[in-house]
Parts: sequence; C-alpha cells; structure tokens
Amino acid sequence: MNKRSSWALPYFIFLVLFVVVPLVLIVVYALQDASGHFSFSNITKFFTDKDALSTFALSIEVALENTALCILIGYPVAYILADKSLNRSAVTVVLFILPMWVNALMRTLATAELFTMAGITLGKGTLLFGMCYDYLPFMIYPIYNQLAKMDKSYAEAAEDLGAKPLQVFTKVTLPLSMPGVVSGVMMVFMPTVSTFAISEFLTNNKIKLFGTIIQENINNSMWNYGAALSLVMLVIIGITTFLQGKDSREAAEGGAI
Amino acid sequence: MDEKIIEIQHVSKSFGDKNVLRDINLYVKKGEFITLLGPSGCGKTTLLRMIAGFLQPDEGAILMDGKDITGIPPHLRQLNTVFQRYALFPHLDVYDNIAFGLKLKKTPEDEIDKKVRKVLKLVSMSDYEDRDVESLSGGQQQRIAIARAIVNQPQILLLDEPLAALDLKMRKDMQIELKEMHRKLGITFIYVTHDQEEALTLSDTIVVMNEGRIQQIGTPIDIYNEPVNCFVADFIGESNILKGRMLHDRRVAFIKHEFDCVDEGFGEDVPVDVVVRPEDIYFTTDPAKCQFRAKVNSCTFKGVHYEMWVDTDTGYELMIQDYDPYPVGTEVMLYIDPDDIQVMKKERVANVFEARVTGAGKVSFLDTEFACDTEGFAEGDTVQATVSFEKVDLLDHEETADLTGHVSVILYMGDHYHLTVKTETGENIWVDTNDIWDKGDFVGIKILPEDIRLSKPAAQHE
Repeated sequence: MNKRSSWALPYFIFLVLFVVVPLVLIVVYALQDASGHFSFSNITKFFTDKDALSTFALSIEVALENTALCILIGYPVAYILADKSLNRSAVTVVLFILPMWVNALMRTLATAELFTMAGITLGKGTLLFGMCYDYLPFMIYPIYNQLAKMDKSYAEAAEDLGAKPLQVFTKVTLPLSMPGVVSGVMMVFMPTVSTFAISEFLTNNKIKLFGTIIQENINNSMWNYGAALSLVMLVIIGITTFLQGKDSREAAEGGAI
Repeated sequence: MDEKIIEIQHVSKSFGDKNVLRDINLYVKKGEFITLLGPSGCGKTTLLRMIAGFLQPDEGAILMDGKDITGIPPHLRQLNTVFQRYALFPHLDVYDNIAFGLKLKKTPEDEIDKKVRKVLKLVSMSDYEDRDVESLSGGQQQRIAIARAIVNQPQILLLDEPLAALDLKMRKDMQIELKEMHRKLGITFIYVTHDQEEALTLSDTIVVMNEGRIQQIGTPIDIYNEPVNCFVADFIGESNILKGRMLHDRRVAFIKHEFDCVDEGFGEDVPVDVVVRPEDIYFTTDPAKCQFRAKVNSCTFKGVHYEMWVDTDTGYELMIQDYDPYPVGTEVMLYIDPDDIQVMKKERVANVFEARVTGAGKVSFLDTEFACDTEGFAEGDTVQATVSFEKVDLLDHEETADLTGHVSVILYMGDHYHLTVKTETGENIWVDTNDIWDKGDFVGIKILPEDIRLSKPAAQHE
C-alpha cells in the first residue's frame, strides 16, 4: 500500500461501519426467526401474506404514478428553464430547486394542514399531490442539467437537415436528454417506494405503503420480519439500478445534484 | 456559372451594442467555392449562420435564386451545413446520422440505402455505417458530417471552419479532398475559415472580412498580389508593409529610396502604404541592378526557403525569403521589380475624432476630457480633433493616462510599429511607436494638450 492510498482509510472505515455492517445486519436479521435460528420463515411469510403483498403492489403503483406525474410536469419545466431564450436568469432555476432545501417532513406537514384547512378529504389524490410536490425538484434538476449542457448545434443540425421544430424535439432533444430523465426517475421512484411519512400525514394512515409496514414492524420490535421486508425492497432497488445500469452512470457523470 | 445563387443586400446585425456586421453586400455565383476569411470576431460565422437561417439580419435581405429568403426558417432552406464541431447525433450510428435528412423527407427505404452507401463511398467511409459516431476519429467524424449534409443534395453547402479541429497533416489531406468533392458535386460551397492558407488553397473567390465589414473580394491571386489595404496585406501571407509617398504616376518612394512601380491615379506627392512580399525582394551582384544596399541581420531555415531579416542602408528592417541563404553580417545588394510593388491608398493619415468643446481649454472625445488649446471655439461647439499617430503616448500603467485600452492590431512598418488600440468604449485609436507591445496588452493612453489640433467639422449639417 503506498502512502497516498492510506488517505482513503478513514472513508473505508466509514463505509464499513455505516454501509456494509448495516446491510449485513439486515440480511442476518432477515434470515433468523424470533429465537435467533437460521430460517427463511420471514421471507415466506411475506410472500404468503396477502395484506403485505397488496401493500407492496400498491406502493409500486403509487411510485410509478408519482414518477410519471413528475416526468410530465418536470420535463416541460426543465425544458423552459434550460432554454436561454425563455429563461435568462439562474435565479429562476434556484427558485425551482429551493424546496429541496426545506425539510421534507415540514413541507408534508404543511401541505396536510393546507388540505385540512381547505376541507379536502385526505386520500390517494392528496397522497399523490404531496409526493409529486416533494419529489418534483429531484426530477427537474437532472433533466435541466442535461438539457442545459447539451450542445445547441445538435438541434441546429437537425433543423438544418429539414426537421420541423417538433421533429427536432422528438428526434434529437428528447433522446439526448434521456440520461437526465433516467437519473430523475432513479431519484424519484426509489424514495417513493420506501416513503412512509408522506402517506402517514397526507392520508392520515388511510393508505399504507410498503415503507409504512416496515416502519410499523420495526417500531413494534418485529426486527426480523422488518429486516426481511427491507431486504425485499433492497432487492427491488438493486434490480432497478441494474436495469438502468449504463444510462444512470452517464447521467451521474452529468452531475445530477 | 455566372448565375447568382445567393445575394446579400445591405445586411447589418448587432448583438447588444456590438455591431457584428455592417452593411454587407455580397453575391455568390452558382457552383463557386467562396470563402469568408477573417480573424475571430470579424463576423464571418454570423454571416454564414444568417445564410443558413439560424440568425436573422437586423437590416437588409438575403436572396437565394432571386427570391427573398430572409424570414424563412432553416428547415425550409435548400442548403445544408457542416458544423464546426460536426454536431453528429451521438444517439444515432453513422448510417442513421446520414439518413436523418432523407428519413425526414419520407424517402423510400431502398432509396435511402442506395444514397447513404453512395455518399459513404464518396467520403471514403464505406463499411463504417454501423459504427457509433463517438468511436470515430476527428477526421472520420468530419467525413460523416460532410456526408450527412451532401446526401440531401443541397444546392449550397455551408462549411463552418470544418477543418479547425484537425491536426495539420489531416487538414492538408482534407483540403485536397474538399476541393475534389466540390469538383465532383458541382454545387456551391460557402466556406468559413480564419486560416488564410486554407482559403488560398481552396477558394475560387475569397471574401476578406474584419470588424464586421468586407475588406476585399477577389480571387486568391488578386487578394495575395493586390491587397487593397494594410489589413488584407498583413492577414494574407507574409509581407513588408511600409509607409510611402506616391511621387507621381508609376513612381513611389519608400524606405527613403525611390522605385518605379506600375500604379497610377493616386495623384502627386500623396502619402500611401506600400506592400512588398518577402519573396519579391531579390539579391543581385550587379551594381547596375542594385536599388538599395542592406546588411543581413538574421537568417532562418524554413524548409523550402530561408527567411532573412535585413537592415537597409537607410535604417529600415525588411523580411526577405530566398532559396539561397546569406550569412548574418553580409552586405547585400537588393532590387524590387516594379510589378511586385503594391501601392495602397492610406486609410487614414491621422486620428480624427468628432469632439465637443466642454469649456475653455477643454475638449471631449473618446468619452474622455482632454486639455488643449480651444482658441476660436466656444463651449458646446462640435469640432474635429486631429491627433497624429506618433503623438499618442502609450503607457504601461493607467495612473497618469487619460484613458485605457487594449492593443488589438500590430503592424510592423519596417522602422516602427503601427498599432490599433481599442479603448474601453470600443473605439479605435491608431498609434505609431517604436516600443514593443503585444497583442492584447492593456495600455494607458496619453495625449498632450499641444498635440491635439482642433478644426471645424467637415461641413455636413450646416
């Protein structure tokens, strides 16, 4: 080991303590029964538990809906922000990502209060609203970044070759901004699968998400089952990351946040 | 061949308060290879982007085949562009990049296939159709960019410094290929470059531009042999630019010697600028032929020829290129053929500013107030202030300076430097000096009261 690589030691220790050890603990707990013996019972329990499975399905559904909603709203916003003829000021960009700096819990509580005040019944609609509100900046920013750094001559070349403005968008701008979209999807989809606070506050616990049951289990000292459920989620996250493999790496180079 | 395919009429454009193009008039003949040549910031790319349709002129019109196309968007114009950094679509492979324009036009699949293969052959890139464009070298990307443009069979091909990103060897090869392609395709090429050698090699016609204005339009030979002003003479090739005096027709004096020349019509005893190319000064051993004597003070081997600097017997420094070297210190006899002396009208003989008298002994021009003798003028008068080139002092600090600027052009005139200094407000002041400055140097400008001469403005508003 040369001198310089020893500088990495503190980070290595940090990684082991706070990333590797917890992950290993999750696996260990998930594969133990209450008495501490090795068993798959927690996993099989989940796959036979109708309630847990439907909550899981609902979580995925809500996360997909939220991600779609964020793309639909976020893409045009990012496009406008990145277009120099429509937006000349960096301040507007900051204004759009400003909510990210306020604690999500506070924003969610405030949103819930507003709904109550306006007399709107809390339910799936308010849940999606809250999620979208919370995660929209995470969608806008990577797309904005991708669009802003895109060489304008690509669009000009397409126009030069005979593309109408809409064709320029669909054939060049959109495909070239995909890394930004993928990065945005990662940052919205995965946290929404595991969220529990938003559903708790914005539906008054009427709608339970996967994150909610994990939290309930852990809170009720059902460590092993909670760990098993976490493991299931980790696998889902792992698969999504793997599927997005190459694209997300490119997006990361683009510097998402 | 004499049909005008593009006509540019009185086109002006400014970005903010910077005039990028000023009253440009130009036409392009069908099938010709025309080059817009000039230093960066001269407006050549702006003009090209206007022809392509990416920019609109503030004033004036652009005609194609006699029809006004000024407001027509790029996708409806019958021309294609090769971009400076190629702008090949990174999400498409070579084939799809080239087929992009044809697919938009809903060309049948088999026809696209035929055309793509044909242009790939033309740019010697057959077998590359499935390659990822980012895996190609600069030269290969360049070829694909050209193929992508010409596959659409445009009437005009616009090329924006297409060779700028290539290394020297590659650039030379591509120059030959471009010329060959132009001949084969028979379409009009409008080419933008800052490389004078490239322009001379490739073009049928060269348009030399500087500071948003056309300086000279002509064939490469015309431009090289008969530059119309110091800018063109200095920008194209190497040259000795010297102050001279036209004595009468066909007789000119410079470097304190008199020479026969072929120019006429300047009048008698008129200050002029003289250009002599370094390869046009000849060594001789025949005292009868000798026009002036000089001493070699440096000699450098340049590959094909030697480049020598000589000090003339009258104290001027000249550059000479010759196949035979003369050792440093040699006394040599020199002569210049009358044909090789290019006499140019002086653009200006002194700095002339429109000024305003702001009080007794005070006058304002170049956004600065100067002290000077204002006798005979009243406060508020508009006057003309004249300052000769050698009376402007350049300082390397701003404390005692009247105003500041940056050196933008340096011309060596044989025994002194003629500088163009751009002031902070974007105006030019011309300076003759013996001091050595570099382009871009920040300078303080000082003018003494006794060196400012005021006169009545040229009658125009009375």
